[in-house]
Amino acid sequence: MNPFTPAYLSAPNSPLLSVLVFLPLIGAALLMLFPRNETRTIRGFALVVSLIVLAVSLVLIVRYAPAAGSVFAFKQRIDWLPVVGAVYHLGVDGVALSLVVLTTLLTPIVILAAFSQITDRVREYMISMLVLEAGMLGALCALDLVVFFIFWELMLVPMYFLIGVWGGDRRHYAAVKFVLFTVAGSVLMLLAMLYLYFETGARSFDLAVLLGKDAIAPGKQWLPFLAFALAFAIKVPMVPVHTWLPDAHTEAPTGGSVILAGVLLKMGVYGFYRFAMPLMPDAARAAAPALAALAVVGVVYGALLAMAQRDLKKLVAYSSVSHLGFVMLGLVALEPKAVTGAALQMINHGLSTGALFLIVGLLYERTHTRKLSDYGGLFKVTPAIAVVFLITVLSSAALPGMNGFVGEFLILSGSFASTGIPAIQAWTGVATIGVVLGAAYLLIAYQRTMFGPVNEKVASLRDLAPREIVYMAPLLVLFFAIGVFPRPVLSRLEPSVKVFTALVEKRSRIVAAATPGSTVRLGAPSVVPPRPTLQVQPIPTPNLAAPNLLQRVPRPTFAPAQPPSPITRPPSPKAEERR
Amino acid sequence: MRSNALLFAIPLLPLAGAVWNAVFGRRLARETVAFVGCGVVGIAFALALVAFVGVAGGRGDVVHVAPGFSWIVAGNFAIEVRLLFDNLSSVMTLVVTGVSFLIHVYSVGYMAHDAGFARYFTYLNLFVFAMLMLVLGDSLPVMFVGWEGVGLCSYLLIGFWFEDDAKASAGKKAFITNRVGDAGFLLAIFYIGWVFAQAAPDRSFSLSYGELKANAAALAPHATVIALLLFVGAIGKSAQLPLYFWLPDAMAGPTPVSALIHAATMVTAGVYMVARLGFLYALSPVASSVVAGVGAVTAFFAATIAVTQTDIKKVLAFSTVSQLGFMFLGVGVMAYSAGIFHLMTHAFFKACLFLGAGSVIHAMSGEQDIRKMGGLWSKVPRTAKTFFVATLAIAGLPFLSGWVSKDEILDAAFHSTLPGAKIFFGVALATAGLTAFYMFRLFFIVFTGKPSHEAEHAHESPPSMTVPLIVLAALSVVGGGFFPGLLPIGKFLGEAHPPSFSESLPPMLMALGVGAAGFFVAYKLYWGGPSPTALRLATAWEKVATASREQWYVDHALGRFVPRVVMVTGFMLWRLVDFFLIDVVILGGASAFAHGIGHLARLAQNGQVQRYATTFIIGIAVLLLFFLRCRS
Repeated sequence: MNPFTPAYLSAPNSPLLSVLVFLPLIGAALLMLFPRNETRTIRGFALVVSLIVLAVSLVLIVRYAPAAGSVFAFKQRIDWLPVVGAVYHLGVDGVALSLVVLTTLLTPIVILAAFSQITDRVREYMISMLVLEAGMLGALCALDLVVFFIFWELMLVPMYFLIGVWGGDRRHYAAVKFVLFTVAGSVLMLLAMLYLYFETGARSFDLAVLLGKDAIAPGKQWLPFLAFALAFAIKVPMVPVHTWLPDAHTEAPTGGSVILAGVLLKMGVYGFYRFAMPLMPDAARAAAPALAALAVVGVVYGALLAMAQRDLKKLVAYSSVSHLGFVMLGLVALEPKAVTGAALQMINHGLSTGALFLIVGLLYERTHTRKLSDYGGLFKVTPAIAVVFLITVLSSAALPGMNGFVGEFLILSGSFASTGIPAIQAWTGVATIGVVLGAAYLLIAYQRTMFGPVNEKVASLRDLAPREIVYMAPLLVLFFAIGVFPRPVLSRLEPSVKVFTALVEKRSRIVAAATPGSTVRLGAPSVVPPRPTLQVQPIPTPNLAAPNLLQRVPRPTFAPAQPPSPITRPPSPKAEERR
Repeated sequence: MRSNALLFAIPLLPLAGAVWNAVFGRRLARETVAFVGCGVVGIAFALALVAFVGVAGGRGDVVHVAPGFSWIVAGNFAIEVRLLFDNLSSVMTLVVTGVSFLIHVYSVGYMAHDAGFARYFTYLNLFVFAMLMLVLGDSLPVMFVGWEGVGLCSYLLIGFWFEDDAKASAGKKAFITNRVGDAGFLLAIFYIGWVFAQAAPDRSFSLSYGELKANAAALAPHATVIALLLFVGAIGKSAQLPLYFWLPDAMAGPTPVSALIHAATMVTAGVYMVARLGFLYALSPVASSVVAGVGAVTAFFAATIAVTQTDIKKVLAFSTVSQLGFMFLGVGVMAYSAGIFHLMTHAFFKACLFLGAGSVIHAMSGEQDIRKMGGLWSKVPRTAKTFFVATLAIAGLPFLSGWVSKDEILDAAFHSTLPGAKIFFGVALATAGLTAFYMFRLFFIVFTGKPSHEAEHAHESPPSMTVPLIVLAALSVVGGGFFPGLLPIGKFLGEAHPPSFSESLPPMLMALGVGAAGFFVAYKLYWGGPSPTALRLATAWEKVATASREQWYVDHALGRFVPRVVMVTGFMLWRLVDFFLIDVVILGGASAFAHGIGHLARLAQNGQVQRYATTFIIGIAVLLLFFLRCRS
């Protein structure tokens, strides 16, 4: 079970992803040459660089066509450190590509927002932002653990500066807390990587090699899985390791909050998706009930805490805990709908919560306060902000017709039908309470800021400026576009998701042992030579469903016209097994 | 089955109107805004009428699937945007577009001086779009789009005058309470998806009604749970016990909104849903019985509150809750056509009553307290007469629309074999008496007697308001005649008890008796204003009267106390778990521990070279000893 098919491996190397990842770094390097007080030029240059990166990512999404049997495209695989078996291996599947585009979209937006919000050390701010972008893109494209780890750590540094230098009053506390939490996870992840390196016998960090071999013995998966899981759970963040988030979000400058919520949190989920669950499938499946429980607790807990907040930014921060709970529930449910929903919800959350933080930034820039009690009646004072805020609130509250609904609907309906987790229906039911609470805290926030009598402190605020409309507009358009017509996104996510669920299920020995006639042979002799050289021969895989993304797979719809339907007979034992 | 793309024009026209007024409304003249806002709904009504003639003429249902447009496609879901125009939805569409059109016209006069004129028509058009999606959507997920969409518009319109915090809060309360119901609706969809996935793992489902019906056998073992989950949604949307408490507060919105959304259309969505999924409820006598029981109990409960209210709109609000209970009793005992029929006649007379109340409030310059009214009959003659006709209809004067439809429901309950149906009939009968009482109490207090000081200067409303009143009053009178046209709905849904006019004199006579009694008591106590007897009774029974006025404290418990508990829980969790337990105790502990280790380590590095040298020598000695021991 390996999506890195011979066709994939023999495909020519593409430099596009490297261009994508290193463009922001080059831009950042060039920015260092600018005189520090040329703020206008610096801003413009940073914006242009980020727009070029966006353009490159759009080229990627248009030209995305994975090799036969694989879902990865734009492969670049170069021997890098043969001594340790690290390979410079980049490539993206549908999920990674969507997150890449989310990243490249949000970066110019926050750079544009920073034009008026950041007036101090502009050059350094822009450099941090571009380095951060490179780190995120690199981590999303990495298909080698060492490469991933390097980019993962690269994200940390600029984010630390963003919070610590341009943050609010308690920025030092928040920045240190953020770094300590993340580094604690990183250290564990590094150890787990080494453990895998030796335990698999692959002596390689390349995902193509690691996934080409059988998963390590289930008993030995626990240590690395827990280490990975903790590192990623901190990033997501899952309750109870989430307390760095409200502080980091609240103290970070607007751009930092947007990127943190929009992309960085997804790195945790993405880590589960790309590394932790496929590499340690047995442990992942055994831990799924616990993770699902934590996710659901996060949904409700985050929503309850959001409701109690008096600081608008903190409220949005806690709403992220709740929303990411939904995403994690969908991911660990390991049901195609649920995982597709989780992947989509990552995008949705990036757009909606990104927009929420931008709106908080708009307000803060005008009032220099985040306290809900300092606002009121803005619908009358600044109608355009109020309308933008309303649409964003509705998107975040998952109103049908908006993007959030599609994601939540798929996550919850999928996890309801999940087979791997006991009492999942009850858990899904509890998570559905989060839908109610989500409406509650968002509408509370909306009422306190926009409705009611006009608060004197905000009676003379100015409404949206053209530049502000420019950077909010793409997000609003996407809310409706994904909500009404999610098909183009879903069709790019689903094949990758199916490969992911198949990877976890087929590589897992629990199921392989329980299913006679499974396509995975147990104890298959290792095809991979012990030393990671270029002659890696991955195990040929059974052809996965729907490898070609651009080709629309016709679906048999269930014909209502034939009453004595086959559905009426009880599920056969065979069907049970297949599931 | 026919397909016609024009079907999409019916909901999309109001949407286009909403978009138009949202984008340009603030720069356009009020006449243009009003013309567009009313016009799109009027055209939609005309289109619906044409389509209705086709369906009623036996040319078959119209189903249309948006071409090349799949909405949510993933896993085993392939949800399309499909519209269905059949017997049931055609009636609903006519009611929705027709009543909406009248209320749009009425609003032109009512809202003429409001600063948010364009915003108002934007919301109202958006509501019509969402309601039509709810009614016409041919699958549960598409219905849910409309279902939440109407909730959103309700939220926006209740809080239309958002500068008043109480009104904004009422909107929020409505939306969140509705969401509790929506969660049930969603879980029902998930449950159905799960059942289907188990039964046929390799197929995709659009969850259209036809598909559900064709696979009713697979759903049968789970019908009770699914039907009850869906009913949770209906309870929220249609303001039944225990989630009714948002509706009285929703009267904070402009009165035409109360008439359209909170009386005639949106709140009846739950009834429509049960009727639409009648085949599912028919599989579960338990669920049907619960529907009927909740309906009957809510009808009685709300009527006992309506008798003591002093706000003209609140009386009508509780009356709406009560009448919705009647409808649920009807569809609960599987008399779907009777339930839908009462939905329709109620839309006529209750819209007429609400718009009449709006006209009265308009005449009284915003006063809503009926104790300050009185003697308005001569001051606002057209309003008064139409209000009187509608009162007669809801109270059940023979041959008026309300009498016919209520009688059908009582008759069906009387003859039903469902568990508990006889009790529900008794409760509903008592409610019918209470209905006549509280409606005539309202009418006599407001319109009879000597004009009060405040009512001295009341003036009749402009024609744009009175003409819709007259049309609705006329419909309240003749609406009963539409019933035979609705019978195909029952046939379509496979009704258990085919309704008929003749066979049941007993329930009809009983209903007439209690109705007459209610009228008589109201006449004795309230003709020409509250009589001394009425005041004496109110004093003697003060505690009961207060409890009734306070909704038997249900709102206090569920609508106010529960949210507070949730808020306090959130706050406690934040301070105790997030802050104290995790940050202070655990992280603080870990940090103190690290600090302690650091402190110990620092002791060793005190900068004294002699100490370092000593340690070094001791270390070497220990190692040497160790290796020597190993050798030997």
